[in-house]
Amino acid sequence: MNMEEMINKYFRPGRLPHIWCPGCGNGVVTGCVVKAIAKLDLPKDDVAVISGIGCSSRASGYLDFNTVHSAHGRAIPFATGVKLADPKLNVIVLTGDGDATAIGGNHFIHACRRNIDLTVVVYNNSIYGMTGGQYSPMTPTGSKATTAPYGMIEPDFNLTELARAAGATFVARATTFHAQMLSDLIVKGIQHKGFSLIEAVSACPISFGRQNKMGGPAEMMMWQRDHAVPIAAWDKLPEEKKEGKFPIGVLYEVEGRKEYTEAYDELIAMAQGGK
Amino acid sequence: MSRVLLLQGNQAVVEGAIAAGVKFFAGYPITPSTEVAESLAEKLPQVGGKFIQMEDEIASMGAVIGASLTGKKVMTATSGPGFSLKQELIGYACAAEIPLVIVNVQRVGPSTGQPTSPSQGDLMQARWGTHGDHWLIALTPASVPECFELTLRAYALSEKYRVPVILLMDEVIGHMREKIELPDDYSEFPQAERKQPDCKPEDFKAYATDESLVPAMPAFGSGYRWHVTGLVHDETGFPKGTPAATLAAANRQRAKIENNLDDIVQVENYRMEDAEFAVVAFGGGARTAYETVDMARKEGLKVGLVRPVTIWPFAEAQMKELAGKVKGILVHELNCGQYVHEVERAVNGKVPVSLYAKYDNEPATPAQLLEEVKKAMAAL
Repeated sequence: MNMEEMINKYFRPGRLPHIWCPGCGNGVVTGCVVKAIAKLDLPKDDVAVISGIGCSSRASGYLDFNTVHSAHGRAIPFATGVKLADPKLNVIVLTGDGDATAIGGNHFIHACRRNIDLTVVVYNNSIYGMTGGQYSPMTPTGSKATTAPYGMIEPDFNLTELARAAGATFVARATTFHAQMLSDLIVKGIQHKGFSLIEAVSACPISFGRQNKMGGPAEMMMWQRDHAVPIAAWDKLPEEKKEGKFPIGVLYEVEGRKEYTEAYDELIAMAQGGK
Repeated sequence: MSRVLLLQGNQAVVEGAIAAGVKFFAGYPITPSTEVAESLAEKLPQVGGKFIQMEDEIASMGAVIGASLTGKKVMTATSGPGFSLKQELIGYACAAEIPLVIVNVQRVGPSTGQPTSPSQGDLMQARWGTHGDHWLIALTPASVPECFELTLRAYALSEKYRVPVILLMDEVIGHMREKIELPDDYSEFPQAERKQPDCKPEDFKAYATDESLVPAMPAFGSGYRWHVTGLVHDETGFPKGTPAATLAAANRQRAKIENNLDDIVQVENYRMEDAEFAVVAFGGGARTAYETVDMARKEGLKVGLVRPVTIWPFAEAQMKELAGKVKGILVHELNCGQYVHEVERAVNGKVPVSLYAKYDNEPATPAQLLEEVKKAMAAL
């Protein structure tokens, strides 16, 4: 399927152009989500896309599925309700770093813990873009933000490690530079039965790049190329060479741990058998 | 066949939920509503439904909205602090017109207040708790059997008007045990149905309406793909921020409720036929008032009770009519005075309106209320 066919099939007519700034990585990530759905040939009626609030969360409105643009930080609770009430739906959450890890952080860890079959794509652009460049829990320490004019003094989350510790059973990361890998990881995340996190490292040239003198969109993608290390190589890197870099690929995957909605179906059988 | 049971109000709500066809509950433990969650955790799986204890009250609201989108009848239950936490998403449910029922068993507030003591302090919060103009329905039961009946009615209204319905209880009613007779088989109860589109999926506009002003709501997965958002949207369901779209959305959401007050607003009159003086009370406060009215009648005082069963929308027409029938009105509520302002506004000086506010964490005794009635009548 070429790009035009994909747009015609999976994007809603009349909803484009999107609201994102020139050079924003959100379009790349959203394109990777759509390519993954196309690759799996999921019927559009069987897919629910739930987003929160923020730049990346506007993606749900452009896509021709059962879509929810929920409230700030609450995409995962909405998605939990959809998935538990109708487990046959493929439920994909599109959320940003602020949405998922600050205001929605509690929901995120508990969805990991339940191992409910959601595919959560976190568009990580290291900043609150829609409100104009405030720091998020994933803004790297030392970076400038409009609310960190002297530089960010807080440590940032390592989201993939957080997800793993909280009980997620598929954890991956890629960047918008590594778009093919990103799309392949989303395919795996959707196929995985259980909670899947795909962190998509993305660029916000306007609200993050400019404040941090990172150059334009192309330079920010080259930054991704130069700082992301495929997991096989990462594992062989000595600790001192890991400084400032991050691994990409499937970082953690475990099969066989009970998925939440399946566990609930067993509970129903038990409750009804016990009558 | 039927059963005669001794249930508390919270348990009667659960029976009402099962009878109404509820298949999804998300909640968080909080006194004095927890029995609703505990009982549904046991009963929902028995009828093929789902129960989930979420990580907080906000998540519970989000989960019930999500589940409602799949076509299920859904419930959450809470009290004071939890009701405050739910407010943002109550607004979302108003804006996106999501049917759901929120049980709020009121306790003394603000803040942690007194978790096990009765209050009716959330009256105004139930109406205006979320930000922005919005319209919703709140019902207040005054007995255990009525907890059951109003839970059924909450679903009938919520599904019909695509609006959140708050079952605004208080600790008196939630924890009081009374006799209730229930059928063994709940299938006799009518199941509220959500309006479905009659057009082809490709022609479907998510918020287009007929003269009812209530849009059809197909379930996720049904083949009708639509977009749900808390942004102001037009009839397509997609965000639209023009003054005309903003006005149209607000006016329709208002009119779908306000055009149907005859259907929505219920008020019970007790010994009002020849009453010269009316007590207005509801929920736990009404239980005191029934007895007070009987005591007053024994003393030859022509006192009756007007009990709003529907708290919101306000019983405007009924209160205006009441002002033309009696010489005075005493509003009794378990707070510092909230509903009384609405009554005063409707009565508009036609007859004196006084207040017996009880906010010391105990319900009034009938004798205490009778004394207040006598004082108010003497001042006429």
